[in-house]
Amino acid sequence: MTDSKYFTTTKKGEIFELKAELNSDKKEKKKEAVKKVIASMTVGKDVSALFPDVVNCMQTDNLELKKLVYLYLMNYAKSQPDMAIMAVNTFVKDCEDPNPLIRALAVRTMGCIRVDKITEYLCEPLRKCLKDEDPYVRKTAAVCVAKLHDINAQLVEDQGFLDTLKDLISDSNPMVVANAVAALSEIAESHPNSNLLDLNPQTINKLLTALNECTEWGQIFILDCLANYTPRDDRESQSICERVTPRLSHANSAVVLSAVKVLMKFMEMLPKDLDYYGTLLKKLAPPLVTLLSAEPELQYVALRNINLIVQRRPEIMKHEMKVFFVKYNDPIYVKLEKLDIMIRLASQANIAQVLAELKEYATEVDVDFVRKAVRAIGRCAIKVEQSAERCVSTLLDLIQTKVNYVVQEAIVVIKDIFRKYPNKYESVIATLCENLDSLDEPEARAAMIWIVGEYAERIDNADELLESFLEGFHDESTQVQLQLLTAIVKLFLKKPTETQELVQQVLSLATQDSDNPDLRDRGYIYWRLLSTDPVAAKEVVLAEKPLISEETDLIEPTLLEELICHIGTLASVYHKPPSAFVEGSRGVQHKRLPCSAGSGESVDSPETSSTAGVSDAPPAVIPSQGDLLGDLLNLDLTPTTTGPPPPAVSTGMQLGAMDLLGGGLDSLMGDESEPPPVPLRTDTPQSPQIPNQSPSPTDYSTSELGGDLGGNPAIGAGFGAAPAAMPASFGAPGSGGLDDLFDLGSGVGMPMGAYSPPKSVWLQAMKAKGLEISGTFARRAGVIQMEMTLTNKAMSVMTDFAIQFNRNSFGLSPAGPLQVLTPLSPNQSIEVALPLNTSGPVMKMDPLNNLQVAVKNNIDVFYFSCQYPISMLFVEDGKMERQIFLATWKDIPNENESQFQIKDCHLSSDAVSNKLQGSNIFTIAKRTVDGQDMLYLSVKLTNGIWVLAELRIQAGNPNYTISLKCRAPEVSQCVFQSYEAVLKN
Amino acid sequence: MIGGLFIYNHKGEVLISRVYRDDIGRNAVDAFRVNVIHARQQVRSPVTNIARTSFFHVKRSNIWLAAVTKQNVNAAMVFEFLYKMCDVMTAYFGKISEENIKNNFVLIYELLDEILDFGYPQNSETGALKTFITQQGIKGQFQTKEEQSQITSQVTGQIGWRREGIKYRRNELFLDVLESVNLLMSPQGQVLSAHVSGRVVMKSYLSGMPECKFGMNDKIVIDKQGKGGATDDAAKSGKQSIAIDDCTFHQCVRLSKFDSERSISFIPPDGEYELMRYRTTKDIILPFRVIPLVREVGRTKLEVKVVIKSNFKPSLLAQKIEVRIPTPLNTSGVQVICMKGKAKYKASENAIVWKIKRMAGMKESQISAEIELLPTNDKKKWARPPISMNFEVPFAPSGLKVRYLKVFESKLNYSDHDVIKWVRYIGRSGIYETRC
Repeated sequence: MTDSKYFTTTKKGEIFELKAELNSDKKEKKKEAVKKVIASMTVGKDVSALFPDVVNCMQTDNLELKKLVYLYLMNYAKSQPDMAIMAVNTFVKDCEDPNPLIRALAVRTMGCIRVDKITEYLCEPLRKCLKDEDPYVRKTAAVCVAKLHDINAQLVEDQGFLDTLKDLISDSNPMVVANAVAALSEIAESHPNSNLLDLNPQTINKLLTALNECTEWGQIFILDCLANYTPRDDRESQSICERVTPRLSHANSAVVLSAVKVLMKFMEMLPKDLDYYGTLLKKLAPPLVTLLSAEPELQYVALRNINLIVQRRPEIMKHEMKVFFVKYNDPIYVKLEKLDIMIRLASQANIAQVLAELKEYATEVDVDFVRKAVRAIGRCAIKVEQSAERCVSTLLDLIQTKVNYVVQEAIVVIKDIFRKYPNKYESVIATLCENLDSLDEPEARAAMIWIVGEYAERIDNADELLESFLEGFHDESTQVQLQLLTAIVKLFLKKPTETQELVQQVLSLATQDSDNPDLRDRGYIYWRLLSTDPVAAKEVVLAEKPLISEETDLIEPTLLEELICHIGTLASVYHKPPSAFVEGSRGVQHKRLPCSAGSGESVDSPETSSTAGVSDAPPAVIPSQGDLLGDLLNLDLTPTTTGPPPPAVSTGMQLGAMDLLGGGLDSLMGDESEPPPVPLRTDTPQSPQIPNQSPSPTDYSTSELGGDLGGNPAIGAGFGAAPAAMPASFGAPGSGGLDDLFDLGSGVGMPMGAYSPPKSVWLQAMKAKGLEISGTFARRAGVIQMEMTLTNKAMSVMTDFAIQFNRNSFGLSPAGPLQVLTPLSPNQSIEVALPLNTSGPVMKMDPLNNLQVAVKNNIDVFYFSCQYPISMLFVEDGKMERQIFLATWKDIPNENESQFQIKDCHLSSDAVSNKLQGSNIFTIAKRTVDGQDMLYLSVKLTNGIWVLAELRIQAGNPNYTISLKCRAPEVSQCVFQSYEAVLKN
Repeated sequence: MIGGLFIYNHKGEVLISRVYRDDIGRNAVDAFRVNVIHARQQVRSPVTNIARTSFFHVKRSNIWLAAVTKQNVNAAMVFEFLYKMCDVMTAYFGKISEENIKNNFVLIYELLDEILDFGYPQNSETGALKTFITQQGIKGQFQTKEEQSQITSQVTGQIGWRREGIKYRRNELFLDVLESVNLLMSPQGQVLSAHVSGRVVMKSYLSGMPECKFGMNDKIVIDKQGKGGATDDAAKSGKQSIAIDDCTFHQCVRLSKFDSERSISFIPPDGEYELMRYRTTKDIILPFRVIPLVREVGRTKLEVKVVIKSNFKPSLLAQKIEVRIPTPLNTSGVQVICMKGKAKYKASENAIVWKIKRMAGMKESQISAEIELLPTNDKKKWARPPISMNFEVPFAPSGLKVRYLKVFESKLNYSDHDVIKWVRYIGRSGIYETRC
């Protein structure tokens, strides 16, 4: 029986012929004709003209013919509603047929005919079929209720079908239950607030029983429905999990993924110390790995989901790196997803293997894949510090291949590596510069320009390099233009004498010749900054950059939670909430994970409950490629959010500038995953001088700007030209230029009242060929400084000073070179203040606050170690909110509490509070109980560790008792010492 | 749920189009053709979103199957359904080809009406479907009432995969343990990843509704038994037991029982089906080792030497051995010398294919080739695809052994001893690659 012949009738007058055949007396001929009609319908021909003739064939005993006619009806009934009525009688009759297959067929087809008049007639047969003795009819009728609801929701409610449907959940036949669940779930989706499904422990129990017995598809419907339930407590949650876990061994991947969804969701409610929790975690990995041996399309779905699971619960897959290695014949979509997961799973333990693989991938054929592999190498360097060196050398190897897109991609990632490990790999800059000409993609060009600007002081011909980009400024993409502008301003601030022409050029290109508001605004900001206060400009433009995150392209936590609730569905494949791609009301309500049972009332989200963890707030995430504005702003302008706050500056106007850049632009970026910017000074008014809206061209006429540039004394000073009238605040005349100014600026700093111990001798002249170093540490205006007196007790002149720190507990490292500009003659001493940052490599020291320093001069290298007061690591935003304080205090286990005595202290509690505040130890609350003053204090260290304290002061007793609580109890001793030192001085 | 299902030929002409939901219009058919089939580039994702409509597609030979939806459906389910659809079609009319689909389009519409209702997949077990959807016209009108209710209860019932009243004169069953062993090895011979994915395929010709119990040398089971029984026995059998990373079962297997007792019990479907799939990664016997040596002699010549070593009992024979050595795109000529079998350079496949019919265990063989290259100015280096291997061995590389398969049928008078059972082990190469 070959039906293909029906596809080949393309004669003229075909419809007419068919009409004749349909009305033929011979059964066989009729059937043939209907088949031809269906074939024409399939290929898209309009055969609706035959409607009455086809419907006439409906009255037949031949089931095959009947099915074909039904198929026709479903397609054309809507276009011929009046004639469709002709079919009603047959449907109603068929619904009474003794053969259950025919009853079901009739009710199934009737539901697919979207004609109002027909649906009226459908109600009675449907009601009967819902209570039919045959389960096959009931399961078909259950779905039919959903169909009818889609056509006329009101009718379904009025006729009471919803209640009948609910009753079917208790049906004895598992497939009926499954279809009823599917229909109810669908109807419930369009009524978000109705309690239609009414999931309670009894119905859940029924569903779980049916789960063991129904078809694979039915199991999926039931599991997807279960995932919408929120158990009352952890016990119920556990018992459901126990009954769902056997599904993980099902051959159908969709059953497995839906089971994983239920488990991932209900796991949230289990206490983490429960044995069962650990068992469950272990059970999840093998079935997920097994999904990777399914067909490629399913592998893709599984990988997209594993990507989510890994972000939510990294522990599940952490030992499974090997299964994500790419196979040569994997389809490209599988390869790319595997690579993504490999980066997420990379850790110190497996980095060698991962790197070897990535290097292999970088030589493959597919451009996207190769690019991603190169990018992945860079991510590894940032994620696993130990591997950074190897990654950089691998990237250099790849650059040597001269394959254009490989080189460009490598440069983009090397930029990130520079940011993560400043002053470490600059030796490669020369190699990068060789490839300057081959860069044609904006991202690579921008990265290269950033590198040149950032390390302008080490690249002899930085000005030439940047100038070469400037020629085609207007042809560049915005990304490159913005970067070029910033890089040239940086260069100017570093080498003011040679580059003033360049900076003028770029500023005018950006402000006068460009239509791009972002570029223009940034141009104006720089221009104003440079013209009003070069010191501030330096502080802003060359400010220390915020940490970049180890993770990349992380999904924002609330979205991630929602997506976890949608495991297995399209949303999890697209990594988008359903509302982003579903029209209408369906599926638009947002799902959320249930709260963990263990968390207290005051702490309602996991983010806040972990505030005291080491490095709590997520560091600024590296924005994905598309986030252009955020990317560039992050690079240069935003104040640090988790690292040390940016150096504060001295005048109100400068604070305003910082605020504008920090607060204003930060909010522009609108990146929710980032913590809100740290307010510098809450009471600082916005600077009136800087308009916080983009200036319209009329506000800034060109002549005015021109005048500014030439005549303004401040910028004159900045340019190093003979100053007409040096502003008083710039103090030191002439020679040192900006460097001097910078020193002065930081030296002036706001007196914070922070405690700083007196200088002590760190390096004795005897041990250091005549160089004596005494010094101390201080925190001035948010900047940690190492203040040293260098004395030359030898007979010869000392020059070429440099300083380096060993790794230390808090990653302290010099923020700039040691500024000893003039040679140190015999018997001369010099005071040096070295600003420090905390982004250096970390290694735990003993004692914790020990710092090993190497100082070099023209004679030799000398080593000494000193101890810094930990109080200089207390950051300005260390004031915890009361609520969080309470919750955190409760949350930290008691074994982390340590008690100390502070003896012989004669201060009132208010004086204590004031004094501590000066060193960034903040009083959260004060309470008086039985004549005892209790102070609750909080401190935050530069690395994000919070230390909470309770200080008890009894009137008349000079001995105070202090209890410290911290998630990292090692620091308690040091912190206590600081408290003592601060209070006693 | 699934809004529509379309089948296209390689040109993008529609062969089958069935719409289940009102939100999917005829234009969806064309959107997929234009954006995916005619795009003529490599498929970058098996799920494509075009104008807020999602298309799930799989390809079988040159036939495209696409499921369409506008909702947030269960994506894994849609793909599983498409595969199932392919299985069902294959079971009905063999290979999925344009001709077969056109020849059976009425049947396909009938199947689509049955196994997908309003986009919800329904029972799709071919065993059950074949009882009431047949190629020889519909039996409907000839059935007795009993037959009808038997059909409906099977389609909807707990044991949807088997019908009542099956009778065989000779009760017989065949068990095939089919494994594919996968390997990725570094040029230095370091195993980068290796796993066995195995399947237990059963052909059962048993009367009535037999209850079966399947046992294998699963480490967890053996260790558990070892604890209860004699200790030396456990130590002995413990050596032979294997650690199974994960396994999945045909829907006939009672999963809750496996979860609690780790026993595999089921009522089997009639005929051939896949009882279980499993995966192991520990203590795999790698049947062959490939030792590659590639030397570039100047810019226009490559010397390749590949040694293969068989690593199993000398009494066993591996068959259908094929080693595929990739050659660069600019190869102009190849000279091959091999100790055993036949080797040929296939220009169209950019590879030297070396075939050996049989090879016993603990042997080794070697091929050497000189590849001449055309000089090119292509800067990009040749990506050096891995050397891959195919073979078939008469044992299970995972070490899996079937311990028993017991059959109980209380209502009919045959016992476990009366059933004739056959067991066969076949190990095949999956993706068996060595980088060079």
